[in-house]
Amino acid sequence: MNNIPQIKSGKVITAENLTKKFGHFTAVDNISFEVERGEIFGFLGANGAGKTTAMRMLCGLSIPTSGKGIVAGFDIESQTELVKKSIGYMSQKFSLYDDLKVWENIELFGGIYGMKDNEIKEKTDELMKVLNFENERDKLVGSLPLGFKQKLAFSVSIFHSPQVVFLDEPTGGVDPITRRQFWELIYDATSKGITVFVTTHYMDEAEYCDRVSIMVDGRIEALDSPKNLKKQFNATSMEEVFHQLARKSTRKAD
Amino acid sequence: MILLLMPIIQIILFGFALTTEVKNTEVAVLVPTNDDATSRIIDKINASAYFDVVAKIHTTSEIQPIFRDAKAKLVMVFEDHFAERLRETGKAHIQLIADATDPNAATSFTFYASNIIASYQQELAGPVANPYQIIPEVKMLYNPQMIGAFNFVPGVLGMIMLLICAMMTSIAIVREKEMGTMEILLVSPMKPIYIILSKITPYFVLSCVNFATIMLLSVFVLKVPIAGSFISLVVVSLLYIFLSLSLGLLVSTMTDSQQAAMLISGMGLMLPVMLLSGMIFPVENMPVPLQWLSDIVPAKWYISAVKSIMIKGLGISSVLKEVAILSFMSLVMIGISLKKFKIRLE
Amino acid sequence: MYAIEVKNISKNYYSEKSGKFAGIGVNPLLLEESTNNNFSNEGISFDVEKGEIFGIIGPDGAGKTTLFRILTTLILADSGNASVDGFDVVKDYKEIRKRVGYMPGRFSLYQDLTVEENLNFFATVFNTTIEENYELIKDIYQQIEPFKKRRAGKLSGGMKQKLALSCALIHKPSVLFLDEPTTGVDPVSRKEFWGMLKKLKDQGITILVSTPYMDEATLCDRIALIQNGQFLKIDTPKNIISQYKNKLWAVQSDTMYKLLTDLRANELTKNCFAFGDKHHLSIDNEQLTIDDLKEIIEKSGHTNVVITEIEPTIEDCFMQLSQV
Repeated sequence: MNNIPQIKSGKVITAENLTKKFGHFTAVDNISFEVERGEIFGFLGANGAGKTTAMRMLCGLSIPTSGKGIVAGFDIESQTELVKKSIGYMSQKFSLYDDLKVWENIELFGGIYGMKDNEIKEKTDELMKVLNFENERDKLVGSLPLGFKQKLAFSVSIFHSPQVVFLDEPTGGVDPITRRQFWELIYDATSKGITVFVTTHYMDEAEYCDRVSIMVDGRIEALDSPKNLKKQFNATSMEEVFHQLARKSTRKAD
Repeated sequence: MILLLMPIIQIILFGFALTTEVKNTEVAVLVPTNDDATSRIIDKINASAYFDVVAKIHTTSEIQPIFRDAKAKLVMVFEDHFAERLRETGKAHIQLIADATDPNAATSFTFYASNIIASYQQELAGPVANPYQIIPEVKMLYNPQMIGAFNFVPGVLGMIMLLICAMMTSIAIVREKEMGTMEILLVSPMKPIYIILSKITPYFVLSCVNFATIMLLSVFVLKVPIAGSFISLVVVSLLYIFLSLSLGLLVSTMTDSQQAAMLISGMGLMLPVMLLSGMIFPVENMPVPLQWLSDIVPAKWYISAVKSIMIKGLGISSVLKEVAILSFMSLVMIGISLKKFKIRLE
Repeated sequence: MYAIEVKNISKNYYSEKSGKFAGIGVNPLLLEESTNNNFSNEGISFDVEKGEIFGIIGPDGAGKTTLFRILTTLILADSGNASVDGFDVVKDYKEIRKRVGYMPGRFSLYQDLTVEENLNFFATVFNTTIEENYELIKDIYQQIEPFKKRRAGKLSGGMKQKLALSCALIHKPSVLFLDEPTTGVDPVSRKEFWGMLKKLKDQGITILVSTPYMDEATLCDRIALIQNGQFLKIDTPKNIISQYKNKLWAVQSDTMYKLLTDLRANELTKNCFAFGDKHHLSIDNEQLTIDDLKEIIEKSGHTNVVITEIEPTIEDCFMQLSQV
């Protein structure tokens, strides 16, 4: 009990001077920010700007070189296992097991996060109804269209009611209608109090976020609501904002 | 499934089929004078599970051809007037000439033979102290110093060439498919045959270098001489390299993943070579079905040819059978792989 | 003569992974969820003029890569025929392979060769040299030239793209096939890439490019919207937009999520989708005016309601066409 650091109430993620170096190369350079409970926080940046490295530190997958981070009330350096238990994660590369059925996947991940059997069963039924998946329950995940898979993967990532869920480019290559349905699931999740930390390359999706941070060369160059950012940079769209900032990048080939 | 079957197969194989025990060794006997003693000894030898008397010769000039043509591994030469000498002087000699290409085997069967002779000796004497002495003189042919390396150098050659040529070639080609660069190469003016050649060439060169290295090490460090023609050895080895390369090519047409290529090369090629080619376990001792299987393993013919040339000092004419089989296998493999090599993605 | 001519092409294959059939130009009843029953069974047909930038726009799994592979002679179609530069994709595949540039979906370059070595390799494969067509790739190559001794595997996504494009152009192809060249790349690099394509078009190279990003559609001369193996429409972006049925309004308020559900619940509206900081609302009711709607929304408790009539984007068109 004494090990749980004191966090300011309402802040689900706190990063203080987080830095990650690989030898001489500084992937993440002294970033600091806070994310409130129930917020949709967009984490943008070009490939190689340091987004993935930063996210890994916050998920407890990589130890920072220096600086501090607190996620869901736990220190990302000394309490990585507790961090992992309290978060959800979904990435484009991996989400679910293709050769397991829909309900089997849910059961597996529910079990991994320590949920009880009857809780799993109840919530599975509920989820099937909400997603309109009742007919798909026994199908192999590999046989579902991409859009279905993404929606299911997201639902599985928040199945254990984590405080915060990390989404790494969740809607790549998905058709526009499904993409929007996906974001509606995100909205629904935040209305239940789950904080969403998402990276994306779709600039319109940046607009759905409450606040957005843009990383360039390992540093956060902008952090504000989309509205304010557009005002600040005299831009009509987030794409323009991004464009202006990305031009400053010197890390061209890495 | 494979993981569950493997242990079962291996136990059965090792328990029953693959044994270093030397059984059914072919023996030829030279009996200048047929008499009851020689007949009795020969019967005993034949009756034993360890030996099979395959020929009776009458002159010493027939001995060399027997070894050269691998008709027998042991020749027993009885003194003339064997039984007479035994009764009159109490002593007679039997010369045991053994093919010591495989020194372990040679030691074993000369030992068995000596034992059988001794048991006959015992028979004669009965319960009384033995007045008779039959003295076996052992002569080890081809490998008088009983160097173990004689046996495994050809085996190593067979295995290394196969490993480099087949496994690495197949992996290299499949890697292109996996990485996606094969797609770009196909949509280009480059003829597919050049793609194949470019993948094969480095491993061909590597194998030649390895061959040279192994030869140098064998001759100078392990003291295994090259008794026969070096050119013949090179010719046979080149043929084997060619065959292994085409095997690699064939494997690459069967799969799209490097892992699968590695597995197929490993299990499908290396394992049979190790177990069935005769490099570790003598083929003669295997149950007949496995012996047939061994005939399909190209390495078996190569190793046998190398042994004949390197250790027995024979020329290319003695290994024509092996050369013919290896050539035939190569042509078939190349034919199939070229046909199967896809100029499209499916 | 068209640069690319496709007539009734269809390709049907059984995907082990999904346990279903997939493909292009095939009877949709055989494919995965298809909501549109008006598709023809005659396969896919379209033409591309010389020097055109033709975009194939659609999500993953729509059949883009299959189509590309048929046209680059990598796979055979089940039925129909196609030609590139007048050469048949089946009979004259050797000729086609000499004269097209191809950038497949993944960055298919040799990761352990340097930038320079990769370029040299592909130049040699196509019986040319870097110097011969340097002018063509100069603009692109100059951006990665400072890194020419670096291994291709160590470049960033945007750089790899530029290298792959250079390698595809090194032999001055008459037709360029780019399969999802901008996927997974950040918006800035994407924009730069399309700028490069425009310059290539000026050199007379025909470009067939596929992308899942709808906003890139407007950068093409003509596009084909593809979904579940069928073309929804083939036309210029402008024409497609002008053919959008219904009115389209952009609606904003201070509470966007609630606005979405409210608009959808309203019987007078047809469809509503989130589009960044505004919602796109399609109206097929002739009598409903913007003021009417504003009143209704404000009554539900929304503040700062802004409604404007807008021109549809390609994405709007795609969504409408794929829903019918």
